[in-house]
Amino acid sequence: MDNLTSTPVPSDGPIGFFQSMLDSIISQIPFWQDILLPALWDGLWVTMQLVIMTAPLGFLLGLLVAVSRVYGPAPVKWLAQLYVIFFRGCPLLVLLFILYFGLPSIGIVLGSFMSALVGFILCNSAYNSEYLRGALQSIKRGQLLAARSLGMTKAQGVLYVVVPQALRRALPGVSNEFIYLIKYSSLAYVVAVIELTGAAKIIASKYFMYFEAFAAVGIFYLVLVTITTFGVTWLEKKYAIPGVSGAAVKTEKGK
Amino acid sequence: MSDVPILKVENLCKSYGDLEVLKSVSFEVRKGEKKVFVGPSGTGKSTLLRCINQLTAPDSGFVYLNGEEIVHSGKKINAYRQKMGMVFQNFNLFDHLTAVRNVELALLKVKKMDRKSAREKAMYELEQVGMADRADFYPAQLSGGQAQRVSIARALAMDPEVMLFDEPTSALDPELKREVMEVMRTLAAQGMTCIVVTHEMKFATSFATEIYLMEKGEIVEHGPPSEIPTSPNFVKTRAFMGSYADE
Repeated sequence: MDNLTSTPVPSDGPIGFFQSMLDSIISQIPFWQDILLPALWDGLWVTMQLVIMTAPLGFLLGLLVAVSRVYGPAPVKWLAQLYVIFFRGCPLLVLLFILYFGLPSIGIVLGSFMSALVGFILCNSAYNSEYLRGALQSIKRGQLLAARSLGMTKAQGVLYVVVPQALRRALPGVSNEFIYLIKYSSLAYVVAVIELTGAAKIIASKYFMYFEAFAAVGIFYLVLVTITTFGVTWLEKKYAIPGVSGAAVKTEKGK
Repeated sequence: MSDVPILKVENLCKSYGDLEVLKSVSFEVRKGEKKVFVGPSGTGKSTLLRCINQLTAPDSGFVYLNGEEIVHSGKKINAYRQKMGMVFQNFNLFDHLTAVRNVELALLKVKKMDRKSAREKAMYELEQVGMADRADFYPAQLSGGQAQRVSIARALAMDPEVMLFDEPTSALDPELKREVMEVMRTLAAQGMTCIVVTHEMKFATSFATEIYLMEKGEIVEHGPPSEIPTSPNFVKTRAFMGSYADE
């Protein structure tokens, strides 16, 4: 690189090296403060909106699909299975292109944000439904039999007995999917949603600061994922069934 | 009381593929009677119980509860099932709920009782089986005998007219069997109508008003407990049942 920078004094030795590094960091502070971080905060807000709206809807839809697959009558089962095959099989990027660029040609204009949101919900729910299906099927048959022997309808038995247990078992999978969601939400920028990654890309190419911009974004995602991980651990502990799940179990067994 | 039996089973048949599990089984139960079904494993005793409350659909035959046919009752079966408390070999307590919530769940969701009276009723039933002090324990924190007593309380909470016991002590250690049998005897003494499937011969003879001997899906013999253990058929069957018979 051409050495046309302002400091004419050649930096010698380790002290000079650190000196010049410190100088270059200090000289970047205005860029971080006035340009990069404000843009990333805006992007983060959009990312959060996408994630926070997708997660519960993707979860509920996934649960509905999973319950339909395990307990539904035959036609409902097949529909649910088709849903999973289609939305799990279709690459999310392609799905987003279809929603954003394809649907307007048949008169459905969702717009950027809605396209991303709908795409994420479809994808997220398809994956969640598989985790949930596995969990539902792992609950012993006797649980539903006992519920029915007390006069509960099948729906009541599934809702009050099987699902609460299955949710606990599906939690690691579903939270994994939630963490994926945080990260694949960056795909929204291909349909012109300026979320975290999109915001960084704009700044990076405008100021030619690729390393700084994406390193900062990486840290943002890392923080989001770490917070989520703690949240999941808290949830797992809160809903652990004494004597069954969770690490140290305080019981009075054998008393 | 009229002389309509509480429960009447008529020509009940059930096959799994080529295997005929029940071959036209019929019997009647009147109020307060204790019918105990014994016989070798795999002779359809448990299937019979499940076909009575329709957890398993019979291929043909009829079941009458207080004179009403229930095999073809459609959605009304949920109401009928409340009248037939079922106790399973493996307890089948709801693993995610404490003992008291196991008992009150159906009170809340099926009987639509309010929280306070459901809790009172659940605690009362737990007291009946001596489990009130374990009300807040989860199933995994209970011994097998305790779990089975909670499951009996859960069935009793629905105020059933007849209790179906499906090998209630088979999964238990000898020590724990006794506490469950004790609860069943108390229940019987209070006049509860019971149908029991068991391998415990001693218990059967002291508990039953009538013993049914089943073999290969059929009732081969039945009679009061004073007669059955000495009947030729039973002596023959004893060999099949092996060690069970002497416990």
